[in-house]
Amino acid sequence: MSVLVDESTKLIVQGITGSTGSFHTKQMIEYGTNVVGGVTPGKGGQTVEGVPVFNTVREAVEETGCNATVIYVPPPFAADAIMEAAEAGIELIVTITEGVPVQDMITVNRYLQDKDVTTIGPNCPGVITPGACKIGIMPGHIHKPGRVGVVSRSGTLTYEAVGQLTALGIGQSTCIGIGGDPINGMNFIDSLELFENDPDTDAVVMIGEIGGTAEEEAAAWVAENMTKPVAGFIAGRTAPPGKRMGHAGAIISGGTGTAEEKIKAMEAAGIAVALSPADIGETLQKALND
Amino acid sequence: MNIHEYQAKQIFRDYGVTVPEGVAAFDVDEAVAGAEELGGSLWVVKAQIHAGGRGKAGGVKLAKSIDEVREHADDILGKTLVTHQTGPDGQLVRRLYVEQGVDIDRELYLGLVIDRATDGVVLMASTEGGVEIETVAEETPEKILKVAIDPLTGLADFQARQIAFGLGLEGKSVFRAVKFMKALYQAFVDTDASTAEINPLVVTTDGELIALDAKMNFDANALYRHPSIEELRDEGEEDPAELEAKEHGLSYVNLDGNIGCMVNGAGLAMGTMDIIKHYGGEPANFLDVGGGADAQTVTEAFKLITADERVKVIFVNIFGGIMRCDVIAEGVVAAVKEVGLEVPLVVRLAGTNVDEGKKILEESTLDIVSADSMADGARKAIDLLEG
Repeated sequence: MSVLVDESTKLIVQGITGSTGSFHTKQMIEYGTNVVGGVTPGKGGQTVEGVPVFNTVREAVEETGCNATVIYVPPPFAADAIMEAAEAGIELIVTITEGVPVQDMITVNRYLQDKDVTTIGPNCPGVITPGACKIGIMPGHIHKPGRVGVVSRSGTLTYEAVGQLTALGIGQSTCIGIGGDPINGMNFIDSLELFENDPDTDAVVMIGEIGGTAEEEAAAWVAENMTKPVAGFIAGRTAPPGKRMGHAGAIISGGTGTAEEKIKAMEAAGIAVALSPADIGETLQKALND
Repeated sequence: MNIHEYQAKQIFRDYGVTVPEGVAAFDVDEAVAGAEELGGSLWVVKAQIHAGGRGKAGGVKLAKSIDEVREHADDILGKTLVTHQTGPDGQLVRRLYVEQGVDIDRELYLGLVIDRATDGVVLMASTEGGVEIETVAEETPEKILKVAIDPLTGLADFQARQIAFGLGLEGKSVFRAVKFMKALYQAFVDTDASTAEINPLVVTTDGELIALDAKMNFDANALYRHPSIEELRDEGEEDPAELEAKEHGLSYVNLDGNIGCMVNGAGLAMGTMDIIKHYGGEPANFLDVGGGADAQTVTEAFKLITADERVKVIFVNIFGGIMRCDVIAEGVVAAVKEVGLEVPLVVRLAGTNVDEGKKILEESTLDIVSADSMADGARKAIDLLEG
């Protein structure tokens, strides 16, 4: 078992005919993900990596019975792609695209308010259940099937943490990259709740970064609701205030969003926080054994 | 992206948000001519820099005569203002704004921000105008009024009225405030702003509302659809290395230390700064080469780091996902051959094609210190620094 995605996930790729979309379609298929089709408006009827391309998501749903989509379309078209997928009844929408305007995401989240859909991203690496289903751009080979859930705002820093876990022989149930933008889909709490309720997840690694207060809110939720051990790391302890550190959401503004505040809140909630990014795996291992 | 006060006020004017009459000036004579053109008997000479706290630093001065306008303009222009937002080096004043004076009855605060918690835009207001909103939030949070705006309807009249009454406005001022706030919201949405702040928003003795100051920031992701906003960019206000980086699709932030960093991914780049500091070193920069970097990008990144004279050692930390380690290694070798290498270089590679990457570095005969992990790399970089 796992959360969000597994062997039964039937995935389509929006933006499948683009260079990024087709490259990752190949990678995902090689990993074993059940990619059943793709969508590029105006290119319906073609095939990419052996899967059929449709003009609309609705058509893809009707023809393939897909229940998940991954979006690689360019930023100006990403919001529309998310809404199209939601309207077509797709249950899980993963948006990899980086650079989506914030106000587009505000519109999207308002549009999705009454819809029964889970969105991840944008500006994220995606979601993977090792050995079963990889949706996104993460390197599959560093993962190992197991019983630790991972949720993160970062991409490569997540790979770093997963690499440490795997090196210690600790496998992962599911790894969720929620993305680095200020307005996005699933947050830490949504992910933690899934892991708490998953009988095949024993512990969780949570990787946050400066900006916003999502980690503080998650810490409060953990203190109230979480029975499984949680280890964490916050990137950006040395980041100067007022500067956007790569991710659109990674900025300390007006004294809020500092790493110190987040670490304090997490520790107060009983989360084992690694002070060095090199110690994330060991911190989780220790939390598991305690 | 930031713009100057006078530019924000022009956007305000275009949308019907009331601002004082004013003239931007690049030299003292222009400032004086501007004041004469504006007329009246009271002017304000204001430094135009991309940082708050100008008043306290001596960058905003009242003038009661044209002679005083000249005097103040001469004093402020070319001065380096150090405020809580400029950093210790301060910011050189290259532009001025001369405005008509206003009869102030009350000073308020009004701001629009993107609120992560409500997934939308929030209007904030406070009776404590002229004070940093962060200070108000910390000391007297009950004095901050907030309404969350539904993106489908925009700011509703009743929400604006709630704020206006909450600020203690009366009579015609309430309805002027509603119009004012709705115009501000429209300007915010139409330009893809990320913040719009008016501090102070003044109520004049006649009950008019006027934006005495104006600050706007814009969502960098949305600038592609606002060429007229992009044109307002003042490169003189930005760090030259950060500008250079942007041209090459790199994300770079200048820091104070001496260990130059090159990393793929924003989270890992921050983590790399953190681990350097953790072991007692000081990072010279944040540099994210991005997920799709090629050899050319790596070379440009390398040039940026080596151009910084404070850098005494370089730490390259790559976790290859989609980006392959062999491509990065080739980029590093090419960069060293092109740019030369005068300081020690530590490279840590992990992830996709790591063995091929390491082999390329070994066979290059370049003097590269290889690291097995992030921690190993950070420690080796610091050791090399200490010689």
